[in-house]
Amino acid sequence: MAHHVLHMPATEEQIRALRVGDTVTLEDTLFGIRDATQIHMFDRGRRTRFDLNGHAVIHTAPNVRKVERSGTNQAGYEAVCIGTTTSDRMERFTRPLMEREGVRLIIGKGGLRDESAKAFEELGGAYLAVIGGAAALETTWITAIEDVDLDDLNPESLWRFAIKGFGPLIVGMDSHGGSLYRDVQSKVSDRRAEVLARMGVSA
Amino acid sequence: MTDTLHIAMDAVEEAAKLLYIRALKVLPDDIKQGFARLDSTESDGLARSVLATMIENIAVAERTDNLLCQDTGIPIYNVTIGRNVSFDGWELKQAIRRGTERATREHPLRSSVVHPLTRVNEHTSCGLHVPVINLDFSDEDRVLRIEMVPKGSGSENGSFLQMLIPADGIAGIKRFVVDAAIRAGGKVCPPTILGVGLGGTSDLCMHLAKVAATRALGSRCADPEGAKLEQELGEAVNSLGIGPQGLGGDSTAFAVHVELAATHITMNPVAVNVQCHSARRASATFTASGVEIGF
Repeated sequence: MAHHVLHMPATEEQIRALRVGDTVTLEDTLFGIRDATQIHMFDRGRRTRFDLNGHAVIHTAPNVRKVERSGTNQAGYEAVCIGTTTSDRMERFTRPLMEREGVRLIIGKGGLRDESAKAFEELGGAYLAVIGGAAALETTWITAIEDVDLDDLNPESLWRFAIKGFGPLIVGMDSHGGSLYRDVQSKVSDRRAEVLARMGVSA
Repeated sequence: MTDTLHIAMDAVEEAAKLLYIRALKVLPDDIKQGFARLDSTESDGLARSVLATMIENIAVAERTDNLLCQDTGIPIYNVTIGRNVSFDGWELKQAIRRGTERATREHPLRSSVVHPLTRVNEHTSCGLHVPVINLDFSDEDRVLRIEMVPKGSGSENGSFLQMLIPADGIAGIKRFVVDAAIRAGGKVCPPTILGVGLGGTSDLCMHLAKVAATRALGSRCADPEGAKLEQELGEAVNSLGIGPQGLGGDSTAFAVHVELAATHITMNPVAVNVQCHSARRASATFTASGVEIGF
């Protein structure tokens, strides 16, 4: 189990070096994205002015405060609380995010499914698990909201965060077909019959 | 004749605002104790480190006066009206709504509430029928209690209802709950409180599941058969190996809670509603001596 420090954006080679169970700390830049952002980008054909090539996106919609634009608050927003939402709802956007926008890393909670695993394997990507519900802690890893696009979707805008020591995150799915979530799910379904039997219930 | 406790609406508005913000920032003691208990019994290394991060987050939120989780949820207010309490019900609804809007604007909080078809967010945490206000009555004299639950969506999306039939029996109920836990997996932010509603009509059954999911840890179902089922299902769910965040381990649920209602001779409804590990709630108790804020 290795620990990796990645300054974003990352190369395919760096991403291919990540293995399930490794830990990762991200530095410099991270993009926030969510349901509505991706519905508009991929179902309604909207484009972003941000270059996401080689970057990491996190499934989030932050709590923010509107402030005067200044040196550290170029976007006019200050972070209040930034955390992570359940990734599963956004499963079908993994491939277009990677193919069209060049995204390499998806950060979220709860994992993604087989189609995402395939996309990670074919295109060179990975899923990093952050601890859901630990947003107060996560917020301390974000130094500024640098920019925002598609802000009519607020809070589900496309956010660009400056980050410092964002992690440790756990590699939940890698580019070699590995998935902690699939491993756990298969163990759970193996145990189901026995758990039910102990209560006198047939499977 | 007994004096009546009159409830001032500006106090309700203030309480509604304060409770929403407080619930988002400070976890009740029973949940903190629940974390300590899971931490001491968890056998999986990765699961222990996940729990440690969650426990650290509780401390960071308190130290930095920040929200525990980014999800401000759907605001729910459970109003329990004791005897000899007097207020205008319509005004109470408006006061709670104003308190919710003010919490959202003044803190500020992310408004997580949208129109279900247009998906328009009014940035008030309010909308049609939201905040949810549930009313009940108690026999306590001159007491009004308002409990606030900001219900997170990750866990709310793990809601299940099935109109089982009598021939499915208790076995059908147990199988449904175990399968709901498996289907919810890591998406509902385990360790959870798995709320199970049994009986009633379909809507009452689902409501009971939410009452169960938001009950304090350590509380038991008032019905002895329901309490037995809580114990059995709790052990079953924690033997599945889903673990914190669905990454494996013993700590899938703090507890399974069950709430019951009588049902029809032809019916056997079962519902599951999940509360995530950020099991947030806060309450205000109005009495003749003032307003007391707690959990």
